[in-house]
Amino acid sequence: MTRDDAFAQFLLRMGDNTLILGHRVSEWCGHAPVLEEDIALANTALDLIGQTQMWLGLAGEVQGQGKSADDLAFLRDAWDFRNVLLCEVPNGDFGRTLMRQFLFDAWHSIQLGRLMKSSDERVAAIAEKASKEVAYHLERSADTVVGLGDGTEESHRRMQEALDYLWPYVGEMFQSDEADAEMVKAGIAPDPASLREEYDALISRILSDATLTIPDSSFAHKGGRTGAMHTEHLGHLLTQMQWLQRAYPGAKW
Amino acid sequence: MSQVTTQPSTDQIWEWLDAVPDPEIPVISVVDLGIVRGVEWQGETLVVSVTPTYSGCPATSIISLDIETALRSKGIEDLKIETRISPAWTTDWLSEKGRAKLEEYGIAPPQPAGGPEKCPRCGSKNLTKVSQFGSTPCKAHWRCQDCLEPFDYFKCI
Ligand SMILES: [Zn+2]
Repeated sequence: MTRDDAFAQFLLRMGDNTLILGHRVSEWCGHAPVLEEDIALANTALDLIGQTQMWLGLAGEVQGQGKSADDLAFLRDAWDFRNVLLCEVPNGDFGRTLMRQFLFDAWHSIQLGRLMKSSDERVAAIAEKASKEVAYHLERSADTVVGLGDGTEESHRRMQEALDYLWPYVGEMFQSDEADAEMVKAGIAPDPASLREEYDALISRILSDATLTIPDSSFAHKGGRTGAMHTEHLGHLLTQMQWLQRAYPGAKW
Repeated sequence: MSQVTTQPSTDQIWEWLDAVPDPEIPVISVVDLGIVRGVEWQGETLVVSVTPTYSGCPATSIISLDIETALRSKGIEDLKIETRISPAWTTDWLSEKGRAKLEEYGIAPPQPAGGPEKCPRCGSKNLTKVSQFGSTPCKAHWRCQDCLEPFDYFKCI
């Protein structure tokens, strides 16, 4: 694997995470339990899609095949996506959506903090921009997880169920392969495993405030960030997200 | 006989840009908002650097278009608009004039403390946060406990 291949892989992973999660969160538009939450979810989705344009734009540049961020978003099939499985799992109820957001935001904020020191100044610039938005996402998702976890009997039960369901998807964010090793060597990105300690400290604190129990299992589903095996859900998501460009190739807004 | 062309000064360009309204909050200009980061002549080409407020802000492309339209109407033909994402936009770049206009318009200006200082309508300090997000990415939703009016707060980032 050349350094540019590894770099492109890393950028696809960043951009596909924000793209797929951004799309998932946007599915709530018009359906959230209250208007304010609807707006908050739509704004979060918007930030994530905006960040996607920067990551995938740079991925296309590094690949050097003349592909734009839109080409990468709308014209790849499931096996070419490099997002972690956590981002593609269905929304479930509001509690599960917010728990997924919290588990991702916590990782995202730590990752962007490290990337701000990247040896590649384009990566550092995107990370600097995105980290401000993500700090805000994390503040909100953490507050909501605490509010609902330490809320009524029913909200507590639902949040614990959400955590139990999502926990096996957390481990994948910290797995590494040769592309990651190449990025570490080039000083472009940190080793994913090196984020785990800070992550565990952060989520333990919030989940304990939320009176929730972290499952006692280290089993982790994997295959998203390598593209080896996505869940069945990704294909369904893509049929929604990509249908317009597939049905009317090259259509412009 | 050679033709003398005079380039408008960059001060003049800044003045013109200060008349271009933000498409979502038209009481303030794109200069007040702090998103115009540079105006520079590179030979015959005028280069204007613009930074997005939020990376997904849908107004970003409209803003570039409005800047282009405004400068073309002043006779500037050779124009390049560049997007600059670093250093990242911060509400510290809002002008004093912009902050005053926001408040007059009913949007509480950003405060380092992280919440509005007072109700933009009645001046009360008895306020409550409704939602961390509001009608656009740059705003949050608050309510005054005295006059009971909801209002937008310009988030501090
Ligand atoms: Zn009031």
